[in-house]
Amino acid sequence: MTVTPIDRMARATPPKLARRVRGLSDRAIAWLFVTPTLFLLLAINIFPLIWTVRLSFTNYAANRPAREVEWVGLRNYERILTSEGIWSNMQTTAHFLIWTITLQVLLGFTLAWLINRKFKGNDLLTTLIVLPMMLSPAVVGNFWTFLYQPQIGLFNYVVELVTGTPASSFSMLGPGGLAKWSIIIVDTWMWTPFVMLICLAGLRSIPDYIYEAAEVDRASKWRQFWTLTVPMVLPFLMLAVLFRGIENFKMFDMVVLLTGGGPGNETLLASIDLKREAFEKWRTGYSSAYAIILFVTVFGLASIYVKALNKVKER
Amino acid sequence: MSAYSVTEPSRLSKSVAALLVVGYAVITLLPLLWILSTGFKSGPDSISYPPKVLFEPSLEGYVNLFTTRTRIGAEQFAALPPPETWYDKIVRQSGTVIAGPSRFGERFMNSVIIGFGSTFLSIFLGTLAAYAFSRFRVPLKDDLLFFILSTRMMPPIAVAIPIYLMYRELGLSDTHLGMILLYTAVNISLAVWLLKGFIDEIPREYEEAALIDGYTRFQAFRKVVLPQAATGIASTAIFCLIFAWNEYAFAVLLTSGNAQTAPPFIPTIIGVGGQDWPAVAAGATLFLLPVMIFTILLRKHLLRGITFGAVRK
Repeated sequence: MTVTPIDRMARATPPKLARRVRGLSDRAIAWLFVTPTLFLLLAINIFPLIWTVRLSFTNYAANRPAREVEWVGLRNYERILTSEGIWSNMQTTAHFLIWTITLQVLLGFTLAWLINRKFKGNDLLTTLIVLPMMLSPAVVGNFWTFLYQPQIGLFNYVVELVTGTPASSFSMLGPGGLAKWSIIIVDTWMWTPFVMLICLAGLRSIPDYIYEAAEVDRASKWRQFWTLTVPMVLPFLMLAVLFRGIENFKMFDMVVLLTGGGPGNETLLASIDLKREAFEKWRTGYSSAYAIILFVTVFGLASIYVKALNKVKER
Repeated sequence: MSAYSVTEPSRLSKSVAALLVVGYAVITLLPLLWILSTGFKSGPDSISYPPKVLFEPSLEGYVNLFTTRTRIGAEQFAALPPPETWYDKIVRQSGTVIAGPSRFGERFMNSVIIGFGSTFLSIFLGTLAAYAFSRFRVPLKDDLLFFILSTRMMPPIAVAIPIYLMYRELGLSDTHLGMILLYTAVNISLAVWLLKGFIDEIPREYEEAALIDGYTRFQAFRKVVLPQAATGIASTAIFCLIFAWNEYAFAVLLTSGNAQTAPPFIPTIIGVGGQDWPAVAAGATLFLLPVMIFTILLRKHLLRGITFGAVRK
């Protein structure tokens, strides 16, 4: 490297002055600060995504890197969209999504509404209720298989105590159609507090004077609830649904450890099926196309939903 | 609040609400209490029916968690010298001897290294980016911010395929560095969004005063903005740590022997005839407890963290 006169001058300047002179322009700092983040995201998120798109047009198999890779065009997409298995997985995913979201919205809103009565100790209770959602879904999901044991599990025991159905007469994870519900129960247990927290923020954002005015107008409590409370909380609730929707569409860890997609394919959610295709059957090209289809679906549904959310907010 | 307000709920409605919420809390905490108590049960107690609420506490689960054990022949067993330590004694009760330490300690340390490493990196990069987005006119700012957020919508398995291939090429599979970079990339969207919110709340006047006093922009950032944002940075850090701590999908697909974290390991703790539930519960307790403590510390910023700063209370 050649030493320029500027370098020589820079070395001759006392460090304190140099720092003042070198004080970077705002523009330079802005770029200096943003670039590393963007670079990391490009390297570990966008580049892989583009690679997935490329792979999706091939018949590549990651466990056989030596095999010649063939360009297959849209055949992977065609096969996925016409396969019956995919549609049944989508139905399983939809069943899981619809029920978890419905239950969590109902329970979460009710809890928030109760906690908003501001009784003594509501802060402490809120913190305790929130705990399950912060925990590792894998570790907790695994432990639920113990709670669901037909002979010795706590869940079956409690069901027997409450309803009288003998604990050993049903198996939540076994055949018999209950497995679909077992994952919904655990997800609802974990994530109801999430919806609750967001609803609580919504309820607390409603100023008291609105209710005071309604009271002056002699609106009944019932009417106040439906014409004031619900519409004011709705944007918050919709945001919670958006988050839960995206997360549960991607759901993998908790369900894999709880049922592994079984029994049979009863709880085979889309991303568990994707994992089987990609890392057990090693159909890399095919599963790349599958991944792209899932990503486009989430992204598309989320964008439509955000538009609706913005409309509600504007009202 | 005034002594009488039409919006203040009546005493009766408060009591009913409290009762219902307490009821929910009890039900929802039951599985967690069960994890805690199963960790202190002996093998037979853990699988008795009806489930035992009262039992004689035992450290068998914890001992099993940290050791591997072998069964030896009856003659050999009888010829052994008396157990030297309390844990030897516990293991002997089930007719086995300690063969060596288990891998739990290693896996737990991996979780700590990868968790803290990626948290540090996401906070470092995230604070810089958040400051730039908050204070400067960055071209295409909204698009960039949305792009950063949208990276979070991808199903982990979808990116796992090419990352698996990429890491194999680069020699990063099953390494701490690979996992740290990966978790940083996942966490950085959260870090940027949350930190931008926190920095937005610091008045610009502080920095402007510092600039007039002769600070450079960089000094103003370091000496004025950073201390002001300390609470925000700390709570964002805890969120990143919790995510990295709990992550399972990438960990199970991309690590095996060397850099495996605790979540893929705990479900594989096997005893005689299936999972060794007291040991699993002991591992889960040790693994979940730090997160519970952090959650309690975080409670004021919880909402903000879980909604990417969209809801601030």
